[in-house]
This record gives sequence, C-alpha cells and structure tokens, in this order.
Amino acid sequence: MNPEIGHYALALALPVALVQAFVPLFGAARRDAALMAVAGPAALLQMLLIGTAFAALTQAFIASDFSVINVYQNSHTAKPLLYKISGVWGNHEGSLLLWVLILAVFGAAVAAFGGALPDRLKARALAVQGMIGTGFLAFILFTSNPFLRVNPTPAQGLGLNPLLQDPGLAIHPPMLYLGYVGFSMAFSFAVAALLEGRVDAAWARWVRPWTLAAWSFLTVGIGLGSWWAYYELGWGGWWFWDPVENASFIPWLTGTALLHSLIVVEKREALKSWTILLAIVTFSLSLLGTFLVRSGILTSVHAFASDPTRGVFVLALLAIAVGGSLTLYAIRAPKLEPGGLFSPISRESGLLINNLFLATAAATVLLGTLYPLIADALELGNLSVGAPYFNTVFIPLMVPLVLLMGIGPMMAWKRSDLAGVLARLKGALFGVGLVFALALSLSGIDAIDIAGSAGIALAAWLFFASFTEWAGRVRLFKLSPANLWKRVKALPRASHGMTIAHMGMAVLIVGVSGSSAWKQENILTMGAGETITVAGFDVTFHGAETIRGPNYESVQGTFSATRGDGKAVTLKPERRIYDQPAQQTTEAAIHTAFWADLYVVLGDGPADTGRYVVRAYFEPFVPFLWYGILMMGLGGLVSLSDRRHRIGAPLRAASIVELAKG
Amino acid sequence: MSDGTPKTNSGRLTAIAPILIALLLVAVFAKRLIDIQGGLDPNQVESVLLDTPVPEIDLLPLPGRGPGLTTKNLKGEVTVVNIWGSWCVACLSEHPLLMKVAAENTVPLHGIAWRDEPEASLRWLARNGDPYNLIGQDPISEAAIAFGVTGAPETFVVDPEGVIRYKHVGPITITDWAETIAPLVEQLRQ
Repeated sequence: MNPEIGHYALALALPVALVQAFVPLFGAARRDAALMAVAGPAALLQMLLIGTAFAALTQAFIASDFSVINVYQNSHTAKPLLYKISGVWGNHEGSLLLWVLILAVFGAAVAAFGGALPDRLKARALAVQGMIGTGFLAFILFTSNPFLRVNPTPAQGLGLNPLLQDPGLAIHPPMLYLGYVGFSMAFSFAVAALLEGRVDAAWARWVRPWTLAAWSFLTVGIGLGSWWAYYELGWGGWWFWDPVENASFIPWLTGTALLHSLIVVEKREALKSWTILLAIVTFSLSLLGTFLVRSGILTSVHAFASDPTRGVFVLALLAIAVGGSLTLYAIRAPKLEPGGLFSPISRESGLLINNLFLATAAATVLLGTLYPLIADALELGNLSVGAPYFNTVFIPLMVPLVLLMGIGPMMAWKRSDLAGVLARLKGALFGVGLVFALALSLSGIDAIDIAGSAGIALAAWLFFASFTEWAGRVRLFKLSPANLWKRVKALPRASHGMTIAHMGMAVLIVGVSGSSAWKQENILTMGAGETITVAGFDVTFHGAETIRGPNYESVQGTFSATRGDGKAVTLKPERRIYDQPAQQTTEAAIHTAFWADLYVVLGDGPADTGRYVVRAYFEPFVPFLWYGILMMGLGGLVSLSDRRHRIGAPLRAASIVELAKG
Repeated sequence: MSDGTPKTNSGRLTAIAPILIALLLVAVFAKRLIDIQGGLDPNQVESVLLDTPVPEIDLLPLPGRGPGLTTKNLKGEVTVVNIWGSWCVACLSEHPLLMKVAAENTVPLHGIAWRDEPEASLRWLARNGDPYNLIGQDPISEAAIAFGVTGAPETFVVDPEGVIRYKHVGPITITDWAETIAPLVEQLRQ
C-alpha cells in the first residue's frame, strides 16, 4: 500500500469527523431523524478511513520505506518484524494515529452495536466522539503528520530506541490507549446526557461496559509499563512516581471512582451529577496526560521529543474539551433530577466514601505532578516533590480505602447494619490476626518488618473479606455441591468480577508491601568461579561470552544459583550494545520462584580483566504485583461479560440480581 | 441523608467549581508554554538565580565517606554541583555521563544527596558507581531550597568566586555536557 493512500485517507477522515460532530447534533436539537441517522455511517466510514491510514503506515514500517521521514527516524531494516510493527506507535506521530484509530473503533462499535440506545442519546454521543476525533485528526494533520516524505530516500533508517525493543513495551501503548480512549466513551455519553438533561439507571447501564473495558485495559497497560521498568531498566524498582507514570495513574484513580459511582446511578439513581463530573474529569485527565507527555513542560525520562507548537495545539484541544464540557456541566448539573436518598451507613455511602478517597488520591498525585508548574506560576519559588512526597501522602489515603473495600460490598443498599456486617467478618478478622502473626514471626520485629507485615495483614483483610462476601452469596458452606454450582452460575458475572478484582487488589498489596519491606541486594566485582550470596542464595559466576543477536552484540554472563540443597537454576543476564542507534541496554536475568524473584544484572567491569560488577537482588513478592494486576484486569473482563452489560440485552437480568442479593 | 446532587446555592457553586479549577490550570499551562516559546528552556535556570553567589550551606557527609559539603568547597576553583537522590529515576539516566566526567577528572564534581536516607544514598552509589568528589546530605531540603532546586537531577556550574553561572534542570546528556557545560567550565577558568 502506498503511503500517499494513507495520507489521503487520513485527510478525508477529518471532514467525515466534522460531519459526524455537527450534523447529528443539529439533528438531535431539531429532532430530525434523518440528520441524526448520519452519525452511524459517519462513524463507520471514519473507522474505515483511519484504519486505511494506519495500515498504510504499518506497511511502510514493515517494508522499511525510508522515504517516509517517520519510518526513517524510527526504524531499521535489521530490526525484528515485531519491533518494525511496534515502531509504528513507538513515536509521537504514529502513536497519535493509533490513538485516533482506537477512538474510531470505539465510535464504530457504538454505531454498530448501539441499536438499543435511544436515537438522540446515540446521535449526541457519537457527535461528541466526532468532535474529539476532529480535534485529534487536525492535530495529526497540521502538526504531527506521519506520512511526510523525504527526498532523496535514505539508504538506512536511524533505528528504534533499543529500550523500546521489548515485547512488553510493544503492547504497552496500545493497552494504555485502549484505556485512555475508552474513557472518551464515558465522556461522550456524559456530555450527551447533559445535553439531554437526563441521567438515569439506563444511562449508567450503557456507560458502564465502556468504562469497565477502558478500566481493564488501562490497569493492564499501567501494569505492563511497570513490569517493563522492572525487568528492562535493570535497577529492580517497579514504580517511580515519574510524571509520565503519574499521567496514566491519575485517570486510573478517577476511572476507578467512576466505575463504582456508576453502580450507584444504575442501582439507586443517586450521585448523578457527581458521576457525570467523574466521567468528564477522567477523560480530561487522560487528555492532560497526553498534553504533559507531548508538550515538554515537565521534565521526565519517558517524554517524547517535545515541541512547543504541539504543546499549544494540545493545550487548545484540552481547553476546548474540558472548558466546553465543564461549562455545560455548570449549567446543566444543578437541573438534574435528584436521586434516591440513603442513610450514612449503606452501600451508597460506602461507594461515596470510596469515591472521595479515590478522588482525593487523584488530586494529590496531580498536585504533586504539577507542583513545579503551579509553584512557578504563583511565584512561590522553586519547590518540587519526589517519591518521598507521594509515598507520604498516598499510603495514608489507601489504607482506609482498603479497610472499607472489605466492608463495602457486604453493606445493603439504602440502609445497612454495620454491626451485622462486622459480625459476619469475624472469621476474616481472625485470619488477619493469624497472617499478621505469621508474617512477623517469619520476618522479625524491626520497624520495617512490622510495616511490611502490616501491609500483608491489610491485604489479608481485603482477601478474606472479599472471600467471605462471595462465599455468603453462593452459600458456600450451606449448599450441596450440585446446588452450589447452580448458585455460582446464577450469581451475576459482575459479582464474580468484583470479587476477582478486589482479591487481585489484595494480591497487589502483598506485592507492594513485601517488595518494599524485604528486598535484599548484594553487589560484587566478580571473576569466573566466584560466588555472591543474597538472601541465602549462592550465585556462582561461570564467565561471560560475546554473542550476536539480530541487531545487537551482547555480553552474556552465565550464573548458577542454589539455595541450600535445592537444585541449581541457570541465569543468563546480558549487556547489549545495539547496532543502530548504538545504545547499551541491560537485560536482567530473572528467576521467578512463584512468590519471589532472584534478579541478576551483569554490570561493566574493569576493561580486559574478565571481571564484572554483578548486582544480585532478592525481590520477594514482586511477582504478586503482576498476579494482582492480571487478576484485576481479569475481574474487569469477567464483569464485562455480564449479560446486563451487553448492549441490547433484555433487562430481565435485574431480577437475577435481586435473587443473587437474597 | 444526601443524594449528591446540588440544589442549593452551595450546590450551584459545586457545579461551577470544576470549570474554575480547570480554567486556572489551563492558565498555568498557557503561561508555561508562552514562557517556553518566549525562550524559557524548562531545563534552564530562571535569571534570578544566575550570577548570584551560592547560598551558605554546611551539609553533613554520608557516614563513612569523607567530609561533607560546605560553601567553602565551592570557592577557589570552578566546580560542578549535582543534586540527586537514590529515589530519582532520571538521575540514573545521567549517571554514566557523570561517571565518565569523574574518570576524565576535568572538574571537581560535588553531589548533594537530596531528601534521601544516607544508607540508601550509599547503596545507590555502591551499585551505580560514585563519581562525586564531596557529597553533602540534604535530608530536609535546606540546600535544595537555597539553590532553588525544582526537581532532581539538577546541575550547577559555580565559578571560582562561588557565583552560580549555570543551572541545568533534568538529566544532562552528552550533548549538554560537550556543548554547554564543558566549554563554560573552560571559559570560567580563564
């Protein structure tokens, strides 16, 4: 396929997006069905055009067509095919194209499967999607065109940053964008609902699946980024509170709040205007993340090559999207019908407090990230905050939230009985005490041991309480196996999903607490035959050899690790020097033994001595981070498969919910 | 009892608050972008701090690692002062360059370990190499605030009279060193 076809398709997508943005909106205002009906075909056509553009760019990368500047700057003929493809979104222009492609796919999905939606709501939501698409297509075409050519054609490309040549990072951006862009659906539906002046349970039921999907993808996307930092950067950490990491984490926090407040709207028609606000804010924060990463106004290790012109453009987009939607909110929100009342001790209150904690956490992380800018603008002098700030303010917000997570799902709607709930959790509390005692007896009584054990006990609380709640619903200990299985199948998938995701969070907390408290490391300059010990492992160095990869040369060390009488495992860490661009990367060797990692990095050595600086880490509970994140993502998907969430599914599911709540 | 939906005057205010906050933030960003287009390099110092004498500091050493860092150490010859912390990701990305600078021994490179546990700083240096001549601990940001540090890493060039002549925000690249800092050090020596 010719890059010009892609360029042409992309240019055509802009007027189509404009039509999608305004014709249905006008139609909805005039109640003109013909004009409203334009939205669907426009959304499908837009997906087709942007899909063509994306395919053309991908084709140029696969064929190494260096006459396209973007390919020349980011690819190389010797790169493996996977990284030629991931190179498409491993740069500013291409990643934006992926962004609008996902936006268009979501829009087309609403057009194709949104048959049950009221016509006006659907037309308006698609129109808002069209507006977002218009903004981003204009951004790409006018400031960040991936199809520009260069003449004469260079013989060879400059290559992709070797740090990005990694399977985890190849799929990290698409996952992240599926999350960011997925939240645009909640945003579009929120704006459409404000235009309609009506928010009800049905609205929440339509928005929730999109939010769930976006949340699941974003969870896994952030997890992949963290996993990559852990194994690729080679210094054993997994979260650094870097501005770019925070940019994805802040919408995750508000998106999590949105996911929960939508339940209140769906079940009780309360918290309506708050939920609308969360939907707007969550997508706005996704846009803010895009702005921070692309404009270069904050210093970060991850940033794309920044360009102030692009910064101005994204800021203008941000101002229009956020300013427009929030102005509409300011006008319309006070007129939304108030919803059902509830007592301070109820499921609604629990979810509201959950929302307050999550929103406060998001505001705190946002403030920390933007602090240098705000302080500078207010001329407060130059102050900034780093990991110490985030750890100090974030953990105290999360502890009560997790305590509440154990109780909340057991509370009844409208009015609940706290004493009764706590009585049901006696077993769980007993388990927490056991786990805490066990953790202390295995670790010690230093301050760090107590902190780590307390973190594990907190996780145990969430895990046992979630299990108790689930067991109560399926009457685990009261029914015969056959009836139990029926009961498990009858319980809505959304309930199973919640239990899996909450337990995943518990597993994640074990990872966070354990790896923070009990990490061990040792460092030694080693020659062949020498041994380094860490956490009871004897790690013996057997020498290093130079090997040749597809587009790099590597010094690969061979180590064997044993612990006590156990059998030896072989570890082969590498230091790679890529051909183009000539850049060095460390490939840590990680041996995962279910609950802990043994992590060995081969460093530089004094020249020509055959000796190397070797770093060996014992990383307890780090694998739990990844298990927990996967469980959370899985929980989201299981919940998504709930039949109530299938657009157009009959509403009889409601009766099953009542049955299950029993 | 509450339903989260604003009805009263305070409710109307709640509805307007988000847009006001958003507008403020947009204004902050716009100012920053205008500053950048007007020539402000976000990786460069504000003019107020340039060409002023280094602040009075007297920082404790890391345990077991020679003397700490005081204002006296920043006078008499051209020095480079680097602000870092073991918690700082970006510091790691500039670290190989600092090691190279130290190996070439062209200019005394001092470190300020900002908001860090001394043990963590020492572990970090043991793991990644120690390019610094003198290191002072700055656990409560006294030096960082006095130097007007906006984030780690930051690097200052101080002339023989103890006057700050250059500040770099963020990790230094090879280009920054070769094209800006090294020539400036040379020039200040004359």
